[in-house]
Parts: sequence; structure tokens; C-alpha cells
Amino acid sequence: MRSALLSDRRRVILGATALSAAALAPVLLSKAALATPQAAAELLQKLVKGTPRQGRIRLQSPEIADNGNSVPLTVTVESPMTASDHVTAIHVVADGNPAPGVLSVKLGPENGRAEISVRIRLAASERVIAVAEMADGSLWTASREITVTVGGCGAG
Amino acid sequence: MTQDIKPRIRIPSQIKAGEVIEVKTLATHDMESGQRRDAAGKLVPRKILNKLTCTYNGRPVFEAALEPAISANPYVAFFLRATESGTLDFAWTDDDGTVHRAKQAIKVG
Repeated sequence: MRSALLSDRRRVILGATALSAAALAPVLLSKAALATPQAAAELLQKLVKGTPRQGRIRLQSPEIADNGNSVPLTVTVESPMTASDHVTAIHVVADGNPAPGVLSVKLGPENGRAEISVRIRLAASERVIAVAEMADGSLWTASREITVTVGGCGAG
Repeated sequence: MTQDIKPRIRIPSQIKAGEVIEVKTLATHDMESGQRRDAAGKLVPRKILNKLTCTYNGRPVFEAALEPAISANPYVAFFLRATESGTLDFAWTDDDGTVHRAKQAIKVG
């Protein structure tokens, strides 16, 4: 009688373990599919030729994002935006998403101000990196750590 | 199957010549990332608006390549030096090849 009860309990525990393992599996799989800082760096090397210097870019976003599905982000590049001295492109990547790319924009002197605002998805707390290309060929970069409470990218 | 993306564009109503204005755009679109699983555990195929362009009286002034990391109902805002009255033409390109167009009159002066 007693042993029957024990084995019942054991069966329940085993069942629960199997269930939680099944529930964890997709999480583990999606973790493995996340991009790495290296993948983000590799993508940036494909997008721009050369090594960017730190500076001239400001990334604005909440430091802590409650919802990774929609994180407001503003990228501002210091530039007079004249015919001879302007930003030609801004690239944004994130180093913890399933794919590192976020967006790339082309700008010119007609923009008057090198600033873009978007809402982005972040799978986890991660680093967002922006690189700006200037008319003179110089490259500038800046990054920002954003803490995400609930990840985007189909986690929930 | 083409969905209506209900493009919305906001620019200031009063613009002085030479003023730098913010152009705000919003489209209604799921921006399906290709990472999400449906109730049956199958991956939902990627389907996003992958490109947004803007021309000002025919001159290209803005182009954005969008990735799945852009949120659903993509909001994209940028700046523009308003030199003359005319038209801003916007085009969003869907992964399925559909191009959604929208016009915004711009009045300077």
C-alpha cells in the first residue's frame, strides 16, 4: 500500500520533469539561435568598409524596456548636413536578437538633420550598435545597452 | 492576399521655407519576424515591410531597409529640409512584392 503510493508519487514527479523538459526545449532552442556580438560585428563589416571611430552618435531609448516587442529608439548623428559634409547612411544592429540586423537608412543634405526614430524588437537585454557613414568616407559608431524585462521575437 | 497597411504620415501644418521638419510615418503591418511559432509549434514564415522610401517632388530624400527587428506596425521618423511646396511620395515594399504607396502634400511659406 505504502510502496504503491510512493511509486505513484514518483510517477507524478517523473511526469512533471518530462513536462518541464518539454516546455524548456523550445526556450533552449531559441537561445541557441540568438545572434552573438560576433555576428553583429560581422554584419557591420559587411555593411560598411573600414573600422568606425567612437563618437558623434547619440542613441536614445529607455534604459529599461518593459516590452521587448516595441522599444523606442532614436539615433542622432552630429553633422551640419550640408552638401559637402553630411551623413550618407546610418546602420543599426542588435547583438542579442536571432538576426543582428535592425535597419539601414540612406540620408543626404536634404534631410537637414541626421536623426531617425523607430520602434524595435529586442529578444533579450542586449547592446544596440549604430554606425554612421559620412560624405567624407569616415565612419562613426556608438552603442547602448538596453535591459529588456519581457523579450520580443515571439517569446511570449 | 494584400492587406491594407493604412499608411499614416504626419508633418507640421505650418512650415517656413528652409525649415527642418520631422516626418513621422506609421503603417499597419504584423511584421511577422519568421521567428514566432504558431499554436501548433510551427514557425510562422517571415513577412515584413522590408523597405520604405520617400521622394520630395520626385527627388529621393530618404530610404530605409527594414529587418525583422522592426516592431509590428512600423513607425519610422526622419527629418527633411522643407524648401518648396509640393508632394512627398512614400512607398513601403512588402516581402510578397506588394508596394504600398501614399502621398502627402507639403505646403511651405
